[in-house]
Amino acid sequence: MSRVHDMGGRYGDGPVIPEPEHHKFDADWHRRALALTLAMGAHGAWNLDTSRHARESLAPQDYARFSYYEKWMAGLADLLVAKGLVSAGELAGETPAQQPLAERTLRAEQVAAVLARGGPADRPSEVAPQFVPGDRVRTRARAANATVDGGHTRLPTYAAGAEGRIIRCHGCHVLPDSAAHGLGDAAEPLYAVVFQASELWSHPEHPRDEVVLDLWQSYLAPA
Amino acid sequence: MPHDDPDHPHELLPPDPALRVKALETLLTTKGLVDPVALDVIIDIYETKIGPRNGAHVVARAWSDRGFRAALLEDATAVVTQMGYYGRQGEHMVAVENTPEQHNMVVCTLCSCYPWPLLGIPPAWYKSDAYRARAVREPRAVLAEFGVHLPEQTAVRVWDSTAEVRYLVIPRRPEGTDGMSEAALQDLVTRDSMIGTGLALAPGAPA
Repeated sequence: MSRVHDMGGRYGDGPVIPEPEHHKFDADWHRRALALTLAMGAHGAWNLDTSRHARESLAPQDYARFSYYEKWMAGLADLLVAKGLVSAGELAGETPAQQPLAERTLRAEQVAAVLARGGPADRPSEVAPQFVPGDRVRTRARAANATVDGGHTRLPTYAAGAEGRIIRCHGCHVLPDSAAHGLGDAAEPLYAVVFQASELWSHPEHPRDEVVLDLWQSYLAPA
Repeated sequence: MPHDDPDHPHELLPPDPALRVKALETLLTTKGLVDPVALDVIIDIYETKIGPRNGAHVVARAWSDRGFRAALLEDATAVVTQMGYYGRQGEHMVAVENTPEQHNMVVCTLCSCYPWPLLGIPPAWYKSDAYRARAVREPRAVLAEFGVHLPEQTAVRVWDSTAEVRYLVIPRRPEGTDGMSEAALQDLVTRDSMIGTGLALAPGAPA
C-alpha cells in the first residue's frame, strides 16, 4: 500500500556519491526547473503538501527512472492540468493565446522578498497537546492517510507500528494528510519522536543508534 | 507509454528533460503565468547568495560564543532570523549539537527537505535514492562512504525530516583551534559537517 517515494530503509540502492560543495547544478535545465517550480508556487493554486503529493503520485516506473528535477517537472505539469492553469492540449503543443502577466505571477522585483518571507507551517489550533517530552508513544500500524485512500502522509512505512519516545514538541503545524487534499490545514501538535534503531531494523549497526522523526499527534497513541 | 493517461498529463510533454523544461517555460511565459526574468533572479539567489557559508557563519559563532550557542540550541529559528537567515525552507529551525557521545545526521527519506536559507540547494547525493534509503538504516556505512569513521562510544542519531522542521548539525569544534577568529573558524565548517555526513576540517587541512 506504500508509494514509491517511501524508500527509507530500502535495500539495493548502491553507494552514496559525495560531491564538492561548490557544485550546485548538473545542467542548465536543472536551474530552470527549480526556478519554474518556485515561481509557479506563487500563484497559490496549490500548497507544498499538494506539490509533494503530485510527485509521489507519479507512476512508480517514472519515479524510479526520472532524475530529481524531472520528478519536479512531471509533478508540476500534472498539477498545472489538475488545477486548470494549463490544458492538456497546451501541454501537447497547441499554441496558447498570448496573455499579459497574471495578477499573481511572481515578478522579478518580488523574488527576494518572497523567498525571504518563506511559508511557515505553524498555526493556531484547538487540538490540545496529548504528550510531553519523555512520554512513550506508538505510531499507527500502517503508514497510510487515515481519510483519503492512497492519500499523502508523512509517516514513513519503516516507522509504522513502532514504539518511541517524545523528545520535543514543535507546537501545532499544518497536517499534510489534510492540506495535500484541499481538506484544510487541520493543524495539530507536532512532536520529535526518537526510536531505537533496534525498534526499526532487524540488523541495527550499533546498539545505541537512534532515528528521530517529526510526527503529528494523530499518528501517535500512548504506548 | 500511453499519451492519454488522465492522471499523468506530463506524458504529453517532450520526453527529453531539457526540452521538457523549455516547453513548460515557454508555455507558462506565453500564458502570462511566469515572468522569465523572475526565474533568472531565483537562480542567481540560490547560486550566488544563499548557500552553506550562511550555516558556517552560524556554527563558527556558536563555537566562539557560549551565550550564542545556548540561545541557538534553545531557539534556532529566532537566532538565525536575527542573523538574516530566515526564509523559504527554513521557517522552523532546530540546531542539534555533536558531542563525543552523540553524532547527528540529517536526511529526508520521503523527499528532500533541507534547510535552504542556511545550506542552499541540497547536493545531488542528499536527494539520491541511495542516501534517502540507507541513511536511516545504516548511517555508519553511509558515513564511511564520506570517509567518516566514528568510535564505538559515539551513538548516531539520524533525523528524518518528515515535517517542516529543518535541522542544522553543529559539528564538533576541531582540536587546535583555540584562539582562532570566528572568520577563520568559518572556513573549517563544511556543508557536509552541517548535514552530519562530514566532520569540521582540522586547521591547515586542505578543504
